[in-house]
Amino acid sequence: MGSLQLKSIRKAFGTHEVLKGIDLEVKDGEFVIFVGPSGCGKSTLLRVIAGLEDATSGSVRIDGAEVINVPPAKRGIAMVFQSYALYPHLTVKDNMGLGLKQAGTEKAEIETRVAKASAMLSLDPYLARRPAELSGGQRQRVAIGRAIVREPKLFLFDEPLSNLDAALRVQTRLEIAGLHRRLKATMIYVTHDQVEAMTLADKIVVLNAGAIEQVGSPMELYNKPANIFVAGFIGSPQMNFIPAEKLGDAGAKTIGIRPEHIALSRESGDWKGKVVHVEHLGADTIVYLETEATGLLTVRLFGEHRYAPDDVVFATPDKPSQHRFDADDRAIV
Amino acid sequence: MSKARSAPLRTALIHLALIAYTLVALFPVFLTLVNSFKSRNAIFREPMALPTPSTFSLIGYQTVLNQGDFVGYFQNSLIVTVVSIALVLLTGAMAAFALSEYRFRGNTLMGLYLALGIMIPIRLGTVAILQGMVAAGLVNTLTSLILVYTAQGLPLAIFILSEFMRTVSDDLKNAGRIDGLSEYAIFFRLVLPLVRPAMATVAVFTMIPIWNDLWFPLILAPGESTKTVTLGAQMFIGQFVTNWNAVLSALSLAILPVMVLYVIFSRQLIRGITSGAVK
Repeated sequence: MGSLQLKSIRKAFGTHEVLKGIDLEVKDGEFVIFVGPSGCGKSTLLRVIAGLEDATSGSVRIDGAEVINVPPAKRGIAMVFQSYALYPHLTVKDNMGLGLKQAGTEKAEIETRVAKASAMLSLDPYLARRPAELSGGQRQRVAIGRAIVREPKLFLFDEPLSNLDAALRVQTRLEIAGLHRRLKATMIYVTHDQVEAMTLADKIVVLNAGAIEQVGSPMELYNKPANIFVAGFIGSPQMNFIPAEKLGDAGAKTIGIRPEHIALSRESGDWKGKVVHVEHLGADTIVYLETEATGLLTVRLFGEHRYAPDDVVFATPDKPSQHRFDADDRAIV
Repeated sequence: MSKARSAPLRTALIHLALIAYTLVALFPVFLTLVNSFKSRNAIFREPMALPTPSTFSLIGYQTVLNQGDFVGYFQNSLIVTVVSIALVLLTGAMAAFALSEYRFRGNTLMGLYLALGIMIPIRLGTVAILQGMVAAGLVNTLTSLILVYTAQGLPLAIFILSEFMRTVSDDLKNAGRIDGLSEYAIFFRLVLPLVRPAMATVAVFTMIPIWNDLWFPLILAPGESTKTVTLGAQMFIGQFVTNWNAVLSALSLAILPVMVLYVIFSRQLIRGITSGAVK
């Protein structure tokens, strides 16, 4: 069980408004990811949900109950931090059990829950160690274990993978996805990494400057971005934005076209241009070209292609997949 | 140090400077110790000479241990120092935690107010303090000294500790809050162990001026039963005749407890002093 409703959450530090009225509904069992550039307020919002930060105004309901005046420990939440935040003087086992001990749970019950979580995360060999004797990946698994043991209504993750190296990040990401499937728990996850967001989320909340830009499933955001910000934020390499007047489109201000929706040819096409730079990634080839019609253009080709700087090429956009934005940067549907 | 960065000449000069400073710093201690083991004549004839079989004498130590209640003075000094350090560390750490952890109106102002004592010497208030102690009936008690020393040590303690407490990870404290630890438990069980090196630094900086102080014992607690070691040693310094053997022996003895406490704190101390500079 674990649903969450946020109603017009505002948070100001002095005169600086960090959250400008956030409304959000999270259903039971959903995996929701807050994503946005640094300073957009996503971590502050998570802290407000956790009760670590008081909202200036607004209402937070967990399972329908107003919790704005309930201390963090009594909200039925568990949180995983970027810096792991393990208790340095306690063993792995005690780290995981401390929350339950504080809540007055019986010893036998704590034992079984810790054993279950440690089996789930293959932490059994490390139970007697202290955090200093563990690697980064192991520490983060302990932090996740500490959250699981509490059997919370809501799991909160604050950039949990940011301190891990690339290989571990992918592995831990898979573990978190597997965990969500197995526990069927509601999870709220903050990240600035759009790949994490796209791969893990049922629902992504894109935040910018303290306000929600768009809420939707990963594919909704990719296929139907509500505005230029979301269009530019989701997808890598970034969407190409071309002033509409250059393309003779009077009904829009900006035309957006994703790098993977442009075809290249040496013989013919819509826009003639010159290759500026090529990135060979094996599975993809990213070609940057300067065209007369559109200026700098990023094109993503699948597989290996033998383009070199100064080659003359023709680019052709896939018209149906292009996005049109009006003068307020909103998508024209 | 890597070979590439160590020029032999530079290293030699650095060590020369350090050795010179060590000699200068240790010389008075050395002189005190050496002369405390010599007879009165030898002290005056050759103050720099080491004790020889003919000049060796324990007369100073005998005088100190027989005259007056030196064990009692030591006890007084220890009680005053240890209790003051304990109070400074406890209340100072708590105040530092409040200042560094909580946002409240007047936080910065309060921090400045509490740090003010670093700049204004407490001795300026001696007359008022004495009047206060008289009014409270605390003259000639160890309590009066403990109160004054606690006040004297707090500003620096709060200043240093609040800087260190700011470096303790917020995530860790928040994890504690989510696990249901009270603010006291977070302070005692999570934060204090992590700032232990800073606590040791503060302890040493607090301890030495208290142990060596002559001013307040002389003014607030000059009675026989409350004399501290430094004050006790003064009784051998007369207006006309000074028993140098006894004075030097008393001072030599007074170094010992400080040395012991320093050895206890020193490993932590070095970590405390350098931890801000290198990570």
